[in-house]
Amino acid sequence: MTKIGLEIHCQLTKLESKLFCSCKANYREFEPNHNICPVCMGLPGSLPRLNQKAVESATSIALALTCDTPEKIAFFRKNYFYPDLPKNFQITQLNVYGDMSVGGEGYVRVEDKNIKIRRIQLEEDPGRIIYEGASERTKITLVDYNRAGTPLVEIVTDPDFESPRQVRVFLNILSDLLENLGVAEPGLEGAMRADGNVSIEGGNKVEIKNIGSFHDLEKALHFEITRQQSLFERDIEIAQETRHWDDRRKITVSSRSKEEDQDYRYFLENDIPWVKIDQSTRDRLKENMPESISSKKERYVEKFDIAPQVADIIASDRYYSKLFESAYSDHNAKDIANLITTDVIGFIDTKEKQENSKITSEHLSELIDAINSKTITRNSAKVALQEIMKSGKNTKDVLNEMDLGQVSDSSEIDTIISQIFEDEKQAVIDAKERPETVNFLVGKVMQKTKGKADPVKTLELIKSKLNQ
Amino acid sequence: MNLNTSILKYIEDVKSGTFTVEEFTTETLQRIKDVDSDVHAYLSLNDSAINDAKLIDQKISSGEKIGQCYGFPISIKDNICITGTKTTCASKILENFIAPYTATVINRLQNEDVVITGKTNLDEFAMGLTTEFSAFGPTKNPWNLDYVPGGSSGGSAASVAANECLASLGSDTGGSVRNPASFCSVVGLKPTYGLISRYGLISYANSIEQIGPMTKTVKDSAFLLNVIAGQDANDDTTIDNNNVDYLENIEDGIEGKKIGIIKEMTTSEGLSQEVSTATKDAICDFESLGASCEDVTLPTIPYTVAAYYTITSTEAGSNLARYDNIRYGYELESEGYEYNSYISKSRAKFGPEVTRRIILGGFVPSAGHAGKYFLKALKVKSKLISEINKAFEKFDYLISPTAPVQPFKFGEKIDDPVTLMLLDYNTVTANLTGKPAISVPYRVINGLPIGMQIMANSLKEKSLFQSAYALESKTNLPEVPL
Repeated sequence: MTKIGLEIHCQLTKLESKLFCSCKANYREFEPNHNICPVCMGLPGSLPRLNQKAVESATSIALALTCDTPEKIAFFRKNYFYPDLPKNFQITQLNVYGDMSVGGEGYVRVEDKNIKIRRIQLEEDPGRIIYEGASERTKITLVDYNRAGTPLVEIVTDPDFESPRQVRVFLNILSDLLENLGVAEPGLEGAMRADGNVSIEGGNKVEIKNIGSFHDLEKALHFEITRQQSLFERDIEIAQETRHWDDRRKITVSSRSKEEDQDYRYFLENDIPWVKIDQSTRDRLKENMPESISSKKERYVEKFDIAPQVADIIASDRYYSKLFESAYSDHNAKDIANLITTDVIGFIDTKEKQENSKITSEHLSELIDAINSKTITRNSAKVALQEIMKSGKNTKDVLNEMDLGQVSDSSEIDTIISQIFEDEKQAVIDAKERPETVNFLVGKVMQKTKGKADPVKTLELIKSKLNQ
Repeated sequence: MNLNTSILKYIEDVKSGTFTVEEFTTETLQRIKDVDSDVHAYLSLNDSAINDAKLIDQKISSGEKIGQCYGFPISIKDNICITGTKTTCASKILENFIAPYTATVINRLQNEDVVITGKTNLDEFAMGLTTEFSAFGPTKNPWNLDYVPGGSSGGSAASVAANECLASLGSDTGGSVRNPASFCSVVGLKPTYGLISRYGLISYANSIEQIGPMTKTVKDSAFLLNVIAGQDANDDTTIDNNNVDYLENIEDGIEGKKIGIIKEMTTSEGLSQEVSTATKDAICDFESLGASCEDVTLPTIPYTVAAYYTITSTEAGSNLARYDNIRYGYELESEGYEYNSYISKSRAKFGPEVTRRIILGGFVPSAGHAGKYFLKALKVKSKLISEINKAFEKFDYLISPTAPVQPFKFGEKIDDPVTLMLLDYNTVTANLTGKPAISVPYRVINGLPIGMQIMANSLKEKSLFQSAYALESKTNLPEVPL
């Protein structure tokens, strides 16, 4: 049996400042080494000042993952030398001497299985190392400390996954959940990273590190399972080790530095006193926590009779669900949901587009009203949406300016149909012989009216004309 | 002009116009010029001291709002950062480190208008008890230049004792304020852990160390603590002291107070005859002041020095890891080295004591050894805390000599690290338990000082000063012969 466990790191990018100083948590917009201070550079005499908001965000994550959260948490030093660590130790958490990290013993429901969350800890991200050329041959190593001290939450699972596919489903659920909580932006480059460990048939556990993306993780897991299986079939023992994902060759390679042997000399970080997280804080965090994705989904399906797939898409995305929640009223919820999943998603499929989009909930409900009252066609709604997204103008103006009002006047449509029957003689003959080809003619009418003709009425009129 | 004066007397004189801040500063700088080539208390001097003094004089003459320090000259141990000045920790590795920010204690002093004379010598990274481990040469004891001044704040203590300033700030990790205070006959306070911000103090063993004032009198110590104590947003470990005025009621005396004489510290093997006799005298003095004295035993004390070195080495190994010679250090061509071999090469310029503790700090908390050493040391610490808390249920103060011996000659003990470590025997308890402790000059015998240590319960500095003031009033000590 294949067993896979994960170690996920997620930056708390929604926070204003770093974990121990007032530099920005959002380091991405800065020139290298321009988002630093004596504290995150670990200058002699500087001391960490714990960002209490980071503790709250991390605790919210723990609560959302149904973890136990201790009354008091502590920080530890993990000591090792590396150029990306300004102090040559990392401030992190540890549960060896009791439950002292922000959370433990939770689970995530993945399809019909519970994936156990072993622990959640809050720690500081190191800086970034940039090698000139291939890392093993580099002459120049550059370090950018803008990232150093960014609040990072580490989520460790039990080896409960049976396949890379299950891992993918889990990571999608987890990143949706973190985004929904409003603490992280998993879509940002490098904001959410995962390492994996694999064992098969009760053999030794192999850890895989240096994985750049979730996509690579899946590939790395596939490779590692295959590698272990081929060893197993030939009766060769699988060594317990750490392997690195070689992105260029798409294989895992045994690490030369024996990371598993490294001794981190963990001990309490005494510059940060124990942090109490009392029941009232936990209650407040729970209260302020947004509705979970699964409960949202359930509500959409049950209350509005929205198809489960549609409900899933909307509930899982913070932007779509926000749009939906503010646009719907009881009578049009289902229509709004469908409009979002069929049309809005097509235009606004990236974080950047979500940020720049000028669509409001009013636009959506107005468009649905217009469709339902047959003022416009669905097609026109789509065209209008595209314009609204860019300009944000009000719906009525857009419909007028773009001349999208529906043509439902029979005589007007009739005139156009006559014209088309003239132009497309062969198609008319075809349609008479094979009624299923009639859509071609309907399409032509739509083309001519730029999608404004009422499709139901058009079909009716064409059919009756064919029968004449 | 008498440079051997207290801060409080100085302030009176400046207020009454006996002399100006500039005059006193000029005289102090002249004194430094005259004696410091012998004493070597200072590692660097503040070039703008005269200028700072003039500005304060202007404030006074123009009737502007003036800070309560009135420009008295103070020296600062060279492990406390001041923007734009070298902060070396008496180490080659920080020889050219210019701090880009100022420690909270310095900000508080400057807000109250002090004149900083300069930065004082110490054992490298505050690890040592004689200043012999300074990378820039030892400080001499002003009472006798052949003798060590104690350490690690030896430069601070000597600068005060030699009238090269009126006060100094030291730091105390295991006795580094109190030990040199005792050796140089000045008042040295190690306050309750968290009472004074450590922001800007270069860490050695951050879980137990504190900055502490070193002064000529107990009242000056209380005055200085008033200025620098209190919560700081830059140090999460600081505690609120409710703005206690430590000078208020300092002369109230100790009538009816209960004093515990720590048996382990007054009967230990290493205690010299002179120190033992002085201690007995001190007990008589306390009793004549109306306190009742009684022996108390803290059975864990014999294990404290071992625990202290285990804990401090562990923290030092971690705190000093950042000196990897990549961002500060000295010239060393990095080309051709793999990272780890560069690190080991680049860290070779630490002195012998720092190297010893870094090596120890790599070992005692390591996997497979932590249970035998580091975790056991933490157990000693927590056991000691419960013992001393119990003792303070009964006693107001716990007393002992500050150091088991008087100052000794240079080179006498430097090659015997274990004997050196035992000098800490009476002082580490206050650090491991976080309690406040003060060393009060008590005797000068054969031309060499002896200090008495008084410990009190957490945040009882006010009461501690009352007892220290009472003991001080019983003494009549000679002037430093320099």
